[in-house]
Formats: sequence, structure tokens, C-alpha cells
Amino acid sequence: MAQAQTHSGQQHPVKLYLLVWGLLFVLSTFSYLVDYFAIQGYARWFLILFFMVLKAGLIVAVFMHMAWERLALVYAILVPPVLVLVFVAMMVSESNYTIFTRLTFSSVGL
Amino acid sequence: MADYTQAETGGTLQRPEGLRGIAADLSSDQRAFKNVSWGKAMMWIFLLSDTFVFGCFLLAYMTARMSTPVDWPNPSEVFALHIGGQELPLILIAIMTFVLISSSGTMAMAVNFGYRRERGRTAALMLLTAVLGATFVGMQAFEWTKLISEGVRPWENPWGAAQFGSSFFMITGFHGTHVTFGVIFLLIVARKVWRGDFDTQRRGFFTSRKGDYEIVEIMGLYWHFVDLVWVFIFAFFYLW
Repeated sequence: MAQAQTHSGQQHPVKLYLLVWGLLFVLSTFSYLVDYFAIQGYARWFLILFFMVLKAGLIVAVFMHMAWERLALVYAILVPPVLVLVFVAMMVSESNYTIFTRLTFSSVGL
Repeated sequence: MADYTQAETGGTLQRPEGLRGIAADLSSDQRAFKNVSWGKAMMWIFLLSDTFVFGCFLLAYMTARMSTPVDWPNPSEVFALHIGGQELPLILIAIMTFVLISSSGTMAMAVNFGYRRERGRTAALMLLTAVLGATFVGMQAFEWTKLISEGVRPWENPWGAAQFGSSFFMITGFHGTHVTFGVIFLLIVARKVWRGDFDTQRRGFFTSRKGDYEIVEIMGLYWHFVDLVWVFIFAFFYLW
């Protein structure tokens, strides 16, 4: 195994890929069903984001082999995008303010 | 699975794992991410930059959608199709999602067979990935054509907030461009694999360097990333 590893890079059983492929299909179907059954409100948000995170996690961890990479690389790649959430929070606050001013001071729909 | 490194004395030292491994990698006064090749590290860093670009697009769309007092078109209805006299919500996007996921599956298997030096299977799976990718782009072209004929423009649409048009064309267009470039590169790499370039040490036409089967994995990273971005677009643009 150790010898094979040095010469062949990321080597994992095909069965694992097929399993993840199947799981991605199932999760996508669930995502679609959320829309099909027109689930609304917080339940919709929770389900959409839940299936999205699971799918993204499976793709990055298994298909992109992140689960087997060196931790230094994993952190270097995964931590910066998490900081985008700060940007999201800022933009939510900004857009709330924009719609507030539009509704308060603008008589024409923008 | 322990990773070893050459010590100055000629002996080997075991490389630490976990948090100690991070400290050792980044402070060793050599290149970081020890057993990760340059090609792979650079692809990851490119993908990180691409993540920020797509992140900003989705953020801009989110901000536009949240800040407009005009009703946002319902994507569920906009992307519905009449099939067999029945209105199926969002069905086209669902099929596109399944096509792209399948292409990710075939790509992952291509990487596996590449490392096993099974040239034929690797090239065939990469070709299949390219075909699925092209199918995706074709369906996107159909989707764009349909919406344009219905009057959607970057500055207006018949169902409400004008920002819908600009967000739609910008986000799906940028993603579709990524898929298109991916298909082209898949075909190039598949040809190299098929011809046996990585077995015969044939030099590349552009870089004049000898490649190896790792290029299939690096190509795969790009392809899976395209699929990954679609997961977010699917959730935020089509399901929101």
C-alpha cells in the first residue's frame, strides 16, 4: 500500500466513487422534491442548504480527494471560503438598508 | 499511510500528521504541502480564486434580489417545461444537475483508472465525461434560447424584477463558459492519455514538458469544481 501510494497518487476503490455518485443522485432528487412539493419558509431554506452542504462536502472530500490530502493544504483551501460568510452578512445588512430606503423615499418601483 | 522525508543525514524522518503536520509543513523553510505536487497545489489555488469569483457573483445576485421592492420571478415556474401535457416545475434544471453529477462520477473513475495505467478505460471515461459536459452546455443553450424568446434580457424580463435577467445570464453564462473550457481540456488530455504520452514520456506541444498520469487528477479537480459550483447555483439561484 505504502509503495503503491508513492507511485500511483490518489487510489481508491471504484466502489467508493459509485457510492458517492449514487448519494449525489439521491441528494439532488431530494433537493428537487423540495421544489416539487413547494415547501416554503424556513423548512425550505433548511432543506436546500442541508442538501447543498452534503453534496458539496461529498464532492470535495471524495471526488476531489480532499479527505486524503495533507492538512496544511486542506486548511489553506477550505478556510478562506468560510470567511466569505462575513461578506454575506455585510451584504445582507446592506441590501436590507437599500430596500428600506427605496420603500421609504422612492415613490416609483425600482 | 505515514509520510516520510529525507533528512540531511541521509536517513528518513517521519513527517508529523495533524496540526503538528501543518506547523511542520509551513515552517520547514522549504515548499509547503509536502507530498502535494506543484501542479495539484496550483490547481487548488486557481480553484480557490475561482471560488471567490463565483462567490462574488452569487453575492451580487443575492444583494440585488434582496434589495429590490419588485417581485422576483419564481424560478420554479420560469424553468418549468411542458412534458406530456403536464407542467413540470424546474425539470430542465434537475436533468442538467443529474447530467453534471454523472459527468463528475465518470471523471472520478477516469482518475482512478489513470493511476492504474489503464489507458483505454481512462481515455474512454474522460471522453464520456466530455460528452456529458457538452450535453449540459447544449441544454443550457436550449434554456437560454427559450428564455430569450420569452423576452428575458439582462435589463428586463416579463415576470418582474429586471435584475433577474442580468443575474441569470451572468451566473449561468460564467458557469457554462467554465464547462465549455473543461470539455475542451478534457478532450486534449483524453487524447494524450489515449496516445500513451504519459507512458512514452512524449513532451507536451505547449510546455515541452513530460507529463504523467497526475494530469488526469488535476484535470479532474477542475471538472469536479465545475460540478461543485453548480451545486451552489442550483441551491441559490434555482431553488431559492
